[in-house]
Amino acid sequence: MGKGETVKANNTNFLMKVVRNQCFIPLAALLLLVVINLVADPGFFKITLGYNAAGNPVLSGFLITILDSGSELAILAIGMTLVTAASGGQDISVGAAVAIAGSVLLRVLCGDNSRPETLQAPIIVAFLVSCVVAMLFGAFNGVLVAYFKIQPMIATLILFTAGRSIAAWINNNELPVISDPSFKYYGEFIPGIPIPTPVFIAAACVIIIGIVLKVTNLRIYTQAVGINQSSSRLNGLNPALIKVLAFVILGLCVAVVGLIKVSRISSINYSVIAKDIEMDAILAVALGGNALSGGKFNMTASIIGAYVIQFLTTTLYKFQVQSDALPAYKAVVVIILVVVSAPTVREYFSNFTKKLKLSKEVA
Amino acid sequence: MEDNIVLKMRNIHKIFPGVRALQGVDFTLRKGEIHALMGENGAGKSTLIKVLTGVYGKEEGEIFLDGNEGAVNIHSPQDAQKMGISTVYQEITLCPNLSVAENMFIGRTAGAVQNWKKMNTDTEKILQSLDIPAKPTQQLESCSIAVQQMIAIARAVDMDCKVLILDEPTSSLDEQEVAKLFKLMRDLRSRGVGIIFVTHFLDQVYEVCDRITVMRDGKLVGEYEIKDLPRVQLVSKMLGKELDDLSDIKGDQQAFKKDAKAVPVFEAENLSSDAGIKPFDFHIEKGEVNGFTGLLGSGRSECVRAIFGADRVTSGHVKVNGKSVKISKPIDAMKNGIAYLPEDRKMDGIVGDLSVRDNIILAQQVLKGFFKPFSKAEANKVADEYIKLLNIKTASKDTPIKSLSGGNQQKVILARWLFTHPEYLILDEPTRGIDVGTKVDIQKLVLKLASEGMSVTFISSELDEMLRTCSRLVVMRDRKMVGELTGEDLNQKTVMSTIAGGDK
Repeated sequence: MGKGETVKANNTNFLMKVVRNQCFIPLAALLLLVVINLVADPGFFKITLGYNAAGNPVLSGFLITILDSGSELAILAIGMTLVTAASGGQDISVGAAVAIAGSVLLRVLCGDNSRPETLQAPIIVAFLVSCVVAMLFGAFNGVLVAYFKIQPMIATLILFTAGRSIAAWINNNELPVISDPSFKYYGEFIPGIPIPTPVFIAAACVIIIGIVLKVTNLRIYTQAVGINQSSSRLNGLNPALIKVLAFVILGLCVAVVGLIKVSRISSINYSVIAKDIEMDAILAVALGGNALSGGKFNMTASIIGAYVIQFLTTTLYKFQVQSDALPAYKAVVVIILVVVSAPTVREYFSNFTKKLKLSKEVA
Repeated sequence: MEDNIVLKMRNIHKIFPGVRALQGVDFTLRKGEIHALMGENGAGKSTLIKVLTGVYGKEEGEIFLDGNEGAVNIHSPQDAQKMGISTVYQEITLCPNLSVAENMFIGRTAGAVQNWKKMNTDTEKILQSLDIPAKPTQQLESCSIAVQQMIAIARAVDMDCKVLILDEPTSSLDEQEVAKLFKLMRDLRSRGVGIIFVTHFLDQVYEVCDRITVMRDGKLVGEYEIKDLPRVQLVSKMLGKELDDLSDIKGDQQAFKKDAKAVPVFEAENLSSDAGIKPFDFHIEKGEVNGFTGLLGSGRSECVRAIFGADRVTSGHVKVNGKSVKISKPIDAMKNGIAYLPEDRKMDGIVGDLSVRDNIILAQQVLKGFFKPFSKAEANKVADEYIKLLNIKTASKDTPIKSLSGGNQQKVILARWLFTHPEYLILDEPTRGIDVGTKVDIQKLVLKLASEGMSVTFISSELDEMLRTCSRLVVMRDRKMVGELTGEDLNQKTVMSTIAGGDK
């Protein structure tokens, strides 16, 4: 065998490795969207510096929009990935839970008056309270799933149904409005910084989960429980506790998203806030090539998946698809992506390439 | 053909991918007899039953019914039922939320109209004639398991069955319920029904059966009248050891000498669990290798699972190195230096999608704690070390464990527990279904570990293996500890007669 051939073989091996990587499909999808936009209108990637109403420098452009609006989804994808891995099911109540978290946050900030002149509590206190509440609701879901052995989708259906009413009830069905401009920092811009704050919050969440997965055993524990519960127990794990933990972490993600969402509009709309976001979050996990039946997971792939969904949504807006028609277009693209990333299809392709290689060798 | 033969199976062959599950098995059932079908795990009992009831097709062989000359073809369980072959399984397959009468007649009514009154009176009659304590209108759920089973049998009988198969019917019944079931079985026998009785309980076989067919490794060992086959003979036939050539394979291991002053590494008093074992006492010394032996279902695994806290412990005191401890879940046992390699490798052992490396470090990782993960370098080092030590054949340490062969999977699980550096290692069937080479490796390893001071409990279905490695054998029968053998008694003959019990 000549030297050239070895290099070639190494190259194909490297290529195979890249293609096999779980991040390949979402990254390829991202690249495809980039190319389509480049061809259609390179202006899509233009970023301009301007000034907003408050006179602060702000960056604007479609890319900024994607990074900004994709934040919530990316954060929820983190929690959803863990819940999926540990429980082999999905939490469909996250949208409703975001409404609750946001509502709690506003309630603490406003006190009894729904239109306060000044904030009744520091924002950090309000945020921590909403974190505790969201984690409690997460624990509620988790206990139903782990200890009462209810299917995750059924267990979370309860909060999915009741959540938005609970959110409205927390504020006596009023729509509180915060006039303090500093509250807007979390969902819009911090004066002097031209990049939207949610981008930083999402980045922080990604970094934190990265560190947590590094310095704790969260990854191996959730994976072991998701793959083989009985075996995990005999290895000294408490599978139920780990499932609850996954739901509680998702609860924390929900609280962060709640802060961003209510900060964006300095108010809340109980029936619209974070509507259908649970489906996009589950989709992000699936796009990342993670098995929805639990077990092994790839966090990076899920997070990229979240931004792919946002990229797609923004692209469709750019092409002036009507907002009512948007879901239909999205569905088509999603079907293609999910089918391509399905394990059976991937296996088929890898077998196919193997066969090609073999026939080449024979020839 | 004899008149009283109700079922005759001739030269049945069944092949699963890679396994010859049945190889030329014959089976004959006569009218009005209770016929025990015996054999250890993998003997082919359930495959034979499934061929008979049409769940599996057969590669070769013939089945004759009712002394007819023509062989019948049974394609499905419905076919079997129409021909008068009914099966009652260990798990009730009736509908718990329907009434007794509805269960008796479900799926058997012709036409769309149901005469409920007649159905109830008919049921009443059947129940009375078989002396079953249930009311037709009662919900099935509200009956005891034993009564539910009897109702399943009554349904089968009422459907005019000639061959009744009872597959492990007594596993979840208490003694009184078993007695009632036996009365019903004898009653049916006197009516001319042929009953095939599959069970692991020797006492029950000798109490109620007329004939025994023994199978081993997919082959027929023989058919015997109950009076011609003493228990010891039965056990030896099931295990595949002729009594004549019991050339007293004595263990080569040294008799274990106990240090008089040393406290046992592990000691249990009156231990029992919700898996149904009778309370037992047990102890093991430092550096000792002992074993639990007994037939399948005798409670060997249940004992060690209770020790490890794998099943819910319901009673007992446990001491580790002389100190009282409480072991209610696996992590408690692990913290006390106990390791357990479970019997069911696939269900309880491997974490299939995880890599060989992660499977090796898992238990020690859990012991170390949530906030102290092994670094990648540490994990790799450990994995390399054990892959080399145990000669595990794997493409790499990143390979998912599920793609390894059974023997290598077992070695990975063994590595996992060795890495926790236990004082007391429990190996439940570590050699089942793995190649001979690996078997010998594992036996050698056990003896080596013991010589280094580890205490080991070793369970195996293969008596030779146990005799070679253990210096003390605990014998189990019908979920009870019935004997403990050491020294001179460690030979096949004594072990088998202890397993068999009853008439010596």
